[in-house]
Amino acid sequence: MEQPRDPEESPPGEPVVELEHVTRAFGTEAAVADLSLTVHEGELVTLLGPSGCGKTTTLRLLAGLDRPDSGVIRIRDEVVAGEGTFVPPEDRDIGLIFQDFALFPHLSVGENIAYGIEEWPAEQRDQRVEELLELVNLPEYRDHRPENLSGGQRQRVALARSLAPEPDVLLLDEPFSNLDVGLRKTMREEVRRILKATGVTAISVTHDQEEALSISDRVAVIAAGHLEQVGRPELVFQHPESRFVAEFLGQAGFVSGRLSDGKIHTGIGRLDAAIIKGLGPEYEGADIDVLVRPDDLLATPANGSDANGRIVHREYIGPSFIYRIELNSGDVVHCDQNHDDRLDLDQPVQVSLTADHPLAWFPAE
Amino acid sequence: MSALDGIISYTDRLRSDRSSAIGTGLTFLAAAIAAAMVLPLGWLVVDVFSLGGRALELTVDPTTLQVLVRSVGLVVVVTAASILIGVPLAVITVQTAIPFRRAWTVIAALPLAIPSYLGAFAAVSAFGPRGALAEMLAPLGIEAIPTIYGFTGAALVLTFYTYPYVFLTTRASLLSLDASLIEAARSLNSDRWEAFRRVTLPQIMPGIAAGALLVALYTLSDFGTPNIMRVEVFTQFIYARYNAFMREYAALLSLQLLAVTAVILAVESRIGIDEQGAYSSRSSRGAINFDLGAWRYPAMLLPAIVGLIAVLLPIAIFGMWLVRSGPGYTGGQMAFSLSYGWNSIYVSLLAAAAAILIALPIAFRSATTDSRLAALADRAPYVGYATPGIVLAIALVSFSLDALPVLYKTIPLLVFAYVVRFMPQAIGSIRTSTLQMDSRLVEAARTLGRSRLAAFRSITLPLIAPGIATGAALVFLTTMKELPATLLLRPLRFDTLVSYIWRVQEAGLYGQAAIPALVLVIVSGLSMAVILSQEGGKGADQ
Repeated sequence: MEQPRDPEESPPGEPVVELEHVTRAFGTEAAVADLSLTVHEGELVTLLGPSGCGKTTTLRLLAGLDRPDSGVIRIRDEVVAGEGTFVPPEDRDIGLIFQDFALFPHLSVGENIAYGIEEWPAEQRDQRVEELLELVNLPEYRDHRPENLSGGQRQRVALARSLAPEPDVLLLDEPFSNLDVGLRKTMREEVRRILKATGVTAISVTHDQEEALSISDRVAVIAAGHLEQVGRPELVFQHPESRFVAEFLGQAGFVSGRLSDGKIHTGIGRLDAAIIKGLGPEYEGADIDVLVRPDDLLATPANGSDANGRIVHREYIGPSFIYRIELNSGDVVHCDQNHDDRLDLDQPVQVSLTADHPLAWFPAE
Repeated sequence: MSALDGIISYTDRLRSDRSSAIGTGLTFLAAAIAAAMVLPLGWLVVDVFSLGGRALELTVDPTTLQVLVRSVGLVVVVTAASILIGVPLAVITVQTAIPFRRAWTVIAALPLAIPSYLGAFAAVSAFGPRGALAEMLAPLGIEAIPTIYGFTGAALVLTFYTYPYVFLTTRASLLSLDASLIEAARSLNSDRWEAFRRVTLPQIMPGIAAGALLVALYTLSDFGTPNIMRVEVFTQFIYARYNAFMREYAALLSLQLLAVTAVILAVESRIGIDEQGAYSSRSSRGAINFDLGAWRYPAMLLPAIVGLIAVLLPIAIFGMWLVRSGPGYTGGQMAFSLSYGWNSIYVSLLAAAAAILIALPIAFRSATTDSRLAALADRAPYVGYATPGIVLAIALVSFSLDALPVLYKTIPLLVFAYVVRFMPQAIGSIRTSTLQMDSRLVEAARTLGRSRLAAFRSITLPLIAPGIATGAALVFLTTMKELPATLLLRPLRFDTLVSYIWRVQEAGLYGQAAIPALVLVIVSGLSMAVILSQEGGKGADQ
């Protein structure tokens, strides 16, 4: 897949990291297949995908902990892998935050942070450590041992340690997966604040869509080693370019129909082709599936011929109910509704479209 | 990390190591060292070949067969008795509320701190003819007491000093047992005993089996006890043939003993003792399962009797020798000299240093790669560990006499024997500490700008240093008390604490042995403390 051409998506700044047709296979299985991606100065890009999609491998390739089979990796216009060269990790200006933080257990917090800047003059080094402890809000912890720190504190130290040598790029491998759910949200905001305060270019990896959507400047969705789509979180969410992306981000339902005369007849009634993004008259007669998310739909109790489906499942999630509705047409959709609108199982309902934004569509399967 | 990511980083390591010439070199070095360790045993075969047709004749000779039957019998009896003592002790100290639980735990493990030959030595001098007990009973008109010598005596002594293996492994299994499993069984209407039988017992089986295996191997290879107790089992018989200048016959018997050892090990791998389960002590969740009520007071008798007899008897006897003098207690020509102690320390230090130097590449290699050769190099030295000391000693005597006479009865050969026997302890502790180290730490160091070598120096080495120190301490302490190889391979007129004790024991001059024997008790106690603290450390890390 190519880079986004949409001008409004192009982030400012110089390219810092460039991956060009990078492939890495283990045995017969390609963990990363022909992946191309450019990350710009000061950006926070998240590689998002299910476990085993190759995102961690991509990170390791960037860090120099693994070599690509083919393709080129450039950091600040310098080839670090490919074209016959390979720069070892210690000679790349990258920082890496490990999933389990990998703090050196035999060194204090201060010594951990100073590890990467050992060759600096003592005074400057000292000052840098102080500065970073300040930045990550742990000024009192310089002489503590990693084993005595909480998960969130460890992550702050890991962050400070990686930032100390002022890397060109900071890589974060599932940075929040080892934290308690409650702590994750706070640390997400905290990490984003710290990264933005230093202006470092960062690439993070996660399988958690909420995390990816909330902290990133851009999200790159990866499946089976391929880059599926890259762009601003809200654009990727609203306009997925593939079914995979649509289903991986948020809850997706599809209603099927055929385009005729600018209308599509679906299980939830006739839809106007104008509200569907990029569905021009040239697709006349095509069978398509329209993506509808739970908040795009409204279900109301109905009887007889007014009903177009019935409730088959109900999930209460606190502020609202998520109903699963089997339409008479056979499609299954989800509907997110206020907890006051209580519907019963098996109840016939009329589902209608309430979305006021363009919808995405895919050719029928 | 997902499963696939795990596989990926695993194949990763494989790949990056294959591409590294240093890695390959190290692997071959490790393999070569391992081969050199195992090779001398091959010389036994050469010796037996020189017997020609007589070899078969001697193999089926009734005397040889009797030795085989007696050896196996001793192993079976001691192992069974150890289970009968060790398992109840473990259950009592882990799952019941007896008073002073911790103290009894230590006492029950304490016999391990006394080499069995010192126990046998003490038992003979206490209960033998003209021994302390006979002396006390003589004025009462009792002239004959049942003899301590022979099969029963040896079985008793060995049981007293080996049951702690079963006790400790069973205890570790019990501690690693998830208490909620027993609670689940209770909630499913099992009573305590049924829960024990159907939930606890199956889960501690691997632990019991691991301990039993150690007991069986120890009994089979123990040299001192059968010799002191005059029981014709393999180790005693081999030594006797060797002293009668029947080296080839001794070699033949050694091969048979090796074969029996191999059978025991094969049985172990067949029933698949899961060492992980047997030794893991993740957290002390061992809950009080048995409420003994008033029975908890008499329950204290078991650890009290077993532990105290096994530990206090030898110490009391050696103490008595120390303060007493008289005929049989002092002998002019065999006076103790401090130099024996220095000799012991000297060879033990050499052995520890050599073992670490050799173990480091082997252990580090096997912990950081998945290459088969490296794994083989790691396992091969364990052959030396499982080989009974007397067998190794006979093999090295034959090898040096036939092939390298300059080495016969020299310090280098003696130290080589120690290294072959005890290096696996060093490999084990270095490998464990290397494996415990998160491999991401080295990667973190690399991304922070350190080269491979610098990362090894600043991260790996400090983190595995405790493992190296533990390994060195274990080799040192076990060498201090090693008996058969020391006896057969020490240079002429070179005495260590152990060989001195052996000589005065053979001469019946028991009193001379007091100081060296007490020193050895302390040395063994220390080595046990090292092992236990290592286990404890592991538990704390998890």
